[in-house]
Amino acid sequence: MIRKNFNIFPTSLYPSVVSERKEIRLILTFLALGIVFFVLILPLLTVFAGAFNEGFVRYIQSLFTPENLSAIRLTLTVAAISIPLNVIFGISAAWAIAKFEFFGKRFLISLIDLPFSVSPVVSGLVFVLLFGSQGLLGSFLNAHDIKIIFAVPGIVITTVFVTFPFVARELIPLMQAQGNEEEEASLTLGASGWQTFFLVTLPNIRWGMLYGVILLNARAMGEFGAVSVVSGHIQGLTTTMPLQVEILYNEYNFIGAFSVASLLGLLALATLVLKALVEWKTHSK
Amino acid sequence: MSIRVENLVKSFNGFTAVDNISFLVEKGEFVTLLGPSGSGKSTVLRCIAGLETPTAGRIEVKGEDVTEVPVQNRKVGFVFQHFALFRHLSVIDNIAFGLKVRGVKTGERLDRARKLLGLVGLEGLDKRMPSQLSGGQRQRVALARALAPEPELLLLDEPFGALDTRLRKELRSWLKELHHRVQLTTLLVTHDQDEAFEVSDRILVVNKGRIEQNAPPQDIFNFPATEFVAAFVGETNRIDGVVTAGEVAWGHFRFKAVHLQEGTQATVLFRPNDVYVTSYKERGGWPGTIRSLQYLGATELLDIEMEPGQHVIAHIPTGVAGLSGFTKGKTVYVMVTAAHVFEKK
Amino acid sequence: MAERLKAHAWKACVPSPVPWVRIPLSPRRIFSYFMKIFWKQKSVIPGFGLSLGFTLFYLSLIVLIPLAMLFVKSTTLTGPEFLEAATSPRLMAAYKLSFGASLGAASINFFCGLLVAWVLVRYDFWGKRIVDILVDLPFALPTAVAGIALTTLYAPDGLMGRLFDPLGIKTAFSPLGIVLALTFISFPFVVRTVQPVLQDLDIDMEEAAACMGAGRIKTFFYIILPALFPALTTGFALAFARALGEYGSVVFIAGNMPMRTEIVPLLIITKLEQYDTAGATAIGVVMLVCSFLLLFLINGLQGWGEKRNHDPEKL
Repeated sequence: MIRKNFNIFPTSLYPSVVSERKEIRLILTFLALGIVFFVLILPLLTVFAGAFNEGFVRYIQSLFTPENLSAIRLTLTVAAISIPLNVIFGISAAWAIAKFEFFGKRFLISLIDLPFSVSPVVSGLVFVLLFGSQGLLGSFLNAHDIKIIFAVPGIVITTVFVTFPFVARELIPLMQAQGNEEEEASLTLGASGWQTFFLVTLPNIRWGMLYGVILLNARAMGEFGAVSVVSGHIQGLTTTMPLQVEILYNEYNFIGAFSVASLLGLLALATLVLKALVEWKTHSK
Repeated sequence: MSIRVENLVKSFNGFTAVDNISFLVEKGEFVTLLGPSGSGKSTVLRCIAGLETPTAGRIEVKGEDVTEVPVQNRKVGFVFQHFALFRHLSVIDNIAFGLKVRGVKTGERLDRARKLLGLVGLEGLDKRMPSQLSGGQRQRVALARALAPEPELLLLDEPFGALDTRLRKELRSWLKELHHRVQLTTLLVTHDQDEAFEVSDRILVVNKGRIEQNAPPQDIFNFPATEFVAAFVGETNRIDGVVTAGEVAWGHFRFKAVHLQEGTQATVLFRPNDVYVTSYKERGGWPGTIRSLQYLGATELLDIEMEPGQHVIAHIPTGVAGLSGFTKGKTVYVMVTAAHVFEKK
Repeated sequence: MAERLKAHAWKACVPSPVPWVRIPLSPRRIFSYFMKIFWKQKSVIPGFGLSLGFTLFYLSLIVLIPLAMLFVKSTTLTGPEFLEAATSPRLMAAYKLSFGASLGAASINFFCGLLVAWVLVRYDFWGKRIVDILVDLPFALPTAVAGIALTTLYAPDGLMGRLFDPLGIKTAFSPLGIVLALTFISFPFVVRTVQPVLQDLDIDMEEAAACMGAGRIKTFFYIILPALFPALTTGFALAFARALGEYGSVVFIAGNMPMRTEIVPLLIITKLEQYDTAGATAIGVVMLVCSFLLLFLINGLQGWGEKRNHDPEKL
């Protein structure tokens, strides 16, 4: 957005009858900016300040340790698995819910949102109860020497759980708003069901899907509570980046902790920028 | 390419939208399904296209039963009310879509799409996106897209419903011409009688899921088969009465009702332009007082009070009113030149 | 013969409304029966069975079965055992702390969120777009990162801690620190629920109030605040729900002293580390039930807000 003049003083966007006096506007805006600075910006700056506390060289040295690299690798792996799984689920759920009328639809929508309202720790706990040594499938998994809890599969499935609704909740309202007409048009023109999906539906939902994926990715890479329960914190094997931050911090290796944290901070910033870009792109259309 | 619809029934969750409809459309005909909204006319069209599965009945195209044939294989061109253009594709890709999914090679497909673009008069707009087009242009693209796979049957569902009046008029004469040039069999659904009269060879008036009348436009207007058709197509004066001695009497007027039994409750309908008004007493003329005059452009509307509380509406050419000196309060003599008598429901 | 028997056995019978007619239960029949119940209307759009089938399968596998495990596991505990595990003194202190701190954080955000939303909607100033984007930071920043940053900031030798320390106010490693962390992570909720409602608010009402002689303060309290109230409470409830379950940012700043600064989710982890699965399950069930109750509350609040926003005649 290009503005003609930059307003140093906050101007009202509303007619003067229904806006406050100039001084009130100034006070309110500075209060709001103060809140945003102390609550949001200061912690973010602390992350980068902490990382570069002892200079750039120390930063690079403490960032590229073998443990950190394996944590980065694991985090990328976890995201790379949960994204496609939940995207496929999101599309499938949105297709069923937006294109058809069936009994229990509203209930299904609330079930899909369920993982968002569960505490991360409880999310981790349920998988310990399912796959852990005292869990339902524990003895079976033990007998066949399959490790899920305190191993990578547990981290993956927990992450899939906590990021479950992201794509679906973006796509359901989007596809409901778009209706069925374009798909019907495609069918009358001779396209098969799959052709209709790939040539008509998918291109129409791509921005919504991307939006969901951006949020999903941020959560998948940054999830701490749920993953912490199932990981076992084995350095170099089952620590994701947020867990590595915790380990380094608890070892009083603050530079190390903040250097890994700075990567996650960058991820957060990139997420916010991409999100804003997609919002801008879809709104301008 | 002829279509035969036999005993078509379609119900949605207990509501019967189409209630036992049968009709035939011959090759090359332009037929219109005319009816108020919610009459089930769009559902009939969607059943023929294969977009809805009929609850009962059968649909034949070219003598072949297509009731069970999936929509992809029916090879009909369908134009949607809101056009349903693919918003992510350019104009040319929209038109070429039907060819693409049938595996036509890129070069040939674009050639044919460009030809169609010329046919609908939109040369040079191939790279535009649907959002950059006006309503009328979108309509033309939708038509070109429907025609691209060379269907022999074109189905139009309220195709001008989303456009303004002037554009509608322009597009429907163009559509009529296109229908002859491409040699299509066309089935149009509309609630707009002017549109139906202008373009169709034959009109099916649909109400509450049933066909009220199936006839050429002139017959629909001049010889409405039912009270609904008479009332729906054009304005009417309406009188209730009882059949006595083969006639329904109203004041000085006697309406012939030989087709109805003695003593039947009957409804008489006659059009405002079938009302003849003079300022001289003529034989059979019934005196009344002009209560209001309304200028309608080419015609003028007279509200004539025959007896207290009983009015007749007449349309007369604008010039005639002035020449005859029709003014408010003047006594005039009224005759009805044509009327339709139906059994009262 | 055996095959015929098998085929016969396959066709088990379902009860039918007419007792002397038995409906054979073939797969096809089950399918059509299923369709009749679930599919209100047949559509030409393909893929209903595939998409709904996959959706239900995946939903059950990832969400429903695991969550059900919590209740299955809790049935292995007897009533008194469950009660004991879920109401130990250490846990009671944690409940108090978790609810209190979440309530505190949600309340802070109630006011701060309203202020930020107001400024973002009503005024124009340099950097507004950036502020608007930054509001979502707590959603994007991993909680562990927020946790260590806030701890460093509010530790006695930290940038902010140094300001509070001389005043005798302990921020990090005290309940106040927990409130701070929860305020951070639940910050966007009130802003994001109030913002669109404030945006869509008809200024006609305010102009009418002004015409009748109401000043801005009166207009705010009598006209604007009542209109925003459903959104504000929804945002408050969302922030509260999020804060209640939060773990990552709190463990660093809390200090985790038993009876004093232990939150409920931390106790689940502590129990698990002690291999007390049953104890962890009991706490998990309590938390899950709380989440469900909050979910119902939030759904109700959202319904209320929608009703008020979409039905101007009822306002």
